[in-house]
Amino acid sequence: MDTKLKIGKYEFNSRFILGSGKFNIELIKSAIFEAEAEIITMAIRRANTSKDNILDFVPDNIKILPNTSGARNAQEALRIARLARELSGADMIKIEVIKDSKYLFPDNHETIKAVELLKQDGFIPMAYMYPDLSAARDMVSAGADAIMPLAAPIGTNKGLLTKDFIKILIDEIDVPIIVDAGLGRPSEAAYVMEMGADAVMANTAIATASDIKLMAKAFKLAIEAGRMAYISKLGKISEYAVASSPLTGFLD
Amino acid sequence: MIEIDKYYPDMEIIDSDIENLILNTIKDCDFDKYTNEDIDTALKKEYLDIEDFKALISPMGLMRLEDLAKCAKEKRERYFGKNVYFFTPLYISNYCENNCIYCGFNCKNNINRMKLDFEEIEKELIEIQKSGLEEILILTGESKKMSDVEYICNSIRIAKKYFKNIGVEIYPLNTDEYKLLHQAGADYVTVFQETYDKDVYEKKHQGGRKRIYPYRLNSQERAILGGLRGVAFGALLGLCDYRKDTLATASHIYYLQKKYPQIEYSVSIPRLRPTVADKTINPNDIDEKKLLQIMCAYRIFLPYINMTISTRESAVFRNNAVQIAATKISSGVSTGIGKHDETNTHKGDEQFEIADNRTTDEIYKTLKELNMQPVMNDYIYV
Repeated sequence: MDTKLKIGKYEFNSRFILGSGKFNIELIKSAIFEAEAEIITMAIRRANTSKDNILDFVPDNIKILPNTSGARNAQEALRIARLARELSGADMIKIEVIKDSKYLFPDNHETIKAVELLKQDGFIPMAYMYPDLSAARDMVSAGADAIMPLAAPIGTNKGLLTKDFIKILIDEIDVPIIVDAGLGRPSEAAYVMEMGADAVMANTAIATASDIKLMAKAFKLAIEAGRMAYISKLGKISEYAVASSPLTGFLD
Repeated sequence: MIEIDKYYPDMEIIDSDIENLILNTIKDCDFDKYTNEDIDTALKKEYLDIEDFKALISPMGLMRLEDLAKCAKEKRERYFGKNVYFFTPLYISNYCENNCIYCGFNCKNNINRMKLDFEEIEKELIEIQKSGLEEILILTGESKKMSDVEYICNSIRIAKKYFKNIGVEIYPLNTDEYKLLHQAGADYVTVFQETYDKDVYEKKHQGGRKRIYPYRLNSQERAILGGLRGVAFGALLGLCDYRKDTLATASHIYYLQKKYPQIEYSVSIPRLRPTVADKTINPNDIDEKKLLQIMCAYRIFLPYINMTISTRESAVFRNNAVQIAATKISSGVSTGIGKHDETNTHKGDEQFEIADNRTTDEIYKTLKELNMQPVMNDYIYV
């Protein structure tokens, strides 16, 4: 029997989080009804509008996870988080601090500082980051309630480029690890869940599929399959042949 | 030192290598040498270099326009999804002290000059806001005397009451003046270099502060140093060899992005249009195919930048361009002064003629039908 995903004081049954950078109504509906997502991220900058606002399309029972997209340093992240709290009442915030318009890489150094500021201000900070163990440890010490390492540069659908480093985070970090950005296909989502990730976030892979509905469902099933495999503990894969007569048999 | 390089005493000189980098890039370009294979190489690369961009804007690139469009559309979707950002320009003054021989606002042109007072500006803004727009671009002619920095800052403060994202397209400023614009609430600054070819620049800009080439060219960098979040660029195609100017504009963005990766970059691709003073100006040297080629090349080379499609272009072209390469569209446009508020009897002439007169509502509906997602604002002032 699986446990719930716990982030700060909140609990979730679903381990799929919908990113909404590329959102349209069909994507949100598919995520909720086909993928059974319980959390949808929302860029506050994108919700700062009166026409076609993402908030108008999200049902009340879905948890909005505002992100600080647009912040280039810790102070800006804090200001955006506060606006998010005013706008939607949310206290769970995904920290995104990005100083690069080309690759959109998160700045781990500023993110650590942002985690500290947000925690002091009463938020439940979730840190989007480049998978670096030292940085992740510092984020947890600063109060991060989840670590969200990227699998590949955001929006690229390139898959698990940082697989080995994410595995290290899974092994060493005690708050939930949510793999965010870059996953291109359900099999990759299954893979990271099998590896022990606590949840998966996706946007582009579903948003750019020809059949959004079907792809949303495929992600849901893949995440569940991966999770089940993780809980049931995979049979050990041996890197070398197992000798039929044990080398240490002579000791008997 | 040639005359167009001589700064006025009050013009700030910053330590920058950008001009040299651009001029070296456009030196001795042979666009005819590029082959089908060069286009293939460029289209296959994830991150292109300047050499690839040259191939894309070459005559061979034009022969491969369909392939360029496919590649551009893919990159547009990856970086921007279906989003199309809306804005409209608000011209608040058309006084100008420059003598640019192609421009409707040229100080020697006999046009109706005027400048809106703050009450008139507020009325115009209220009218525009009714259309649902949330981003505004404030424009003036280039007269520091008639529209000084304080006047512009006050206009920005008024605009901030009604709009969430404010751009400014005015004469170039020093860093400390850009700081004032940002403090007043401006988010991004647009300066068109018009042409990067120094000889042509000298001939087309016969008088006024605009004649000083490097001061204009370094405007974006001063705006960045002044704290603006984004900067926008453009060459007015038709003044000079359009390939060379396109290459220069792209390299301007490319090198500044390397130096200031945290900034948001944006490009416009205006073609010369007829003006009140000169109806003979003909944009057809760069036809729509070539224009689309340039847009695709920008999208493929600099996939992360915003790209504005001007009302200089037809509705059909604009509808298609935003699906392939462009990300920003202006709507409900007037390039004259005081024309949004119908009760206003005090009006000034247009900078250029526009080809797409559609309202915000009309463009919004069309884009929805095309399965695109109109976005009125995707920005937060911090």
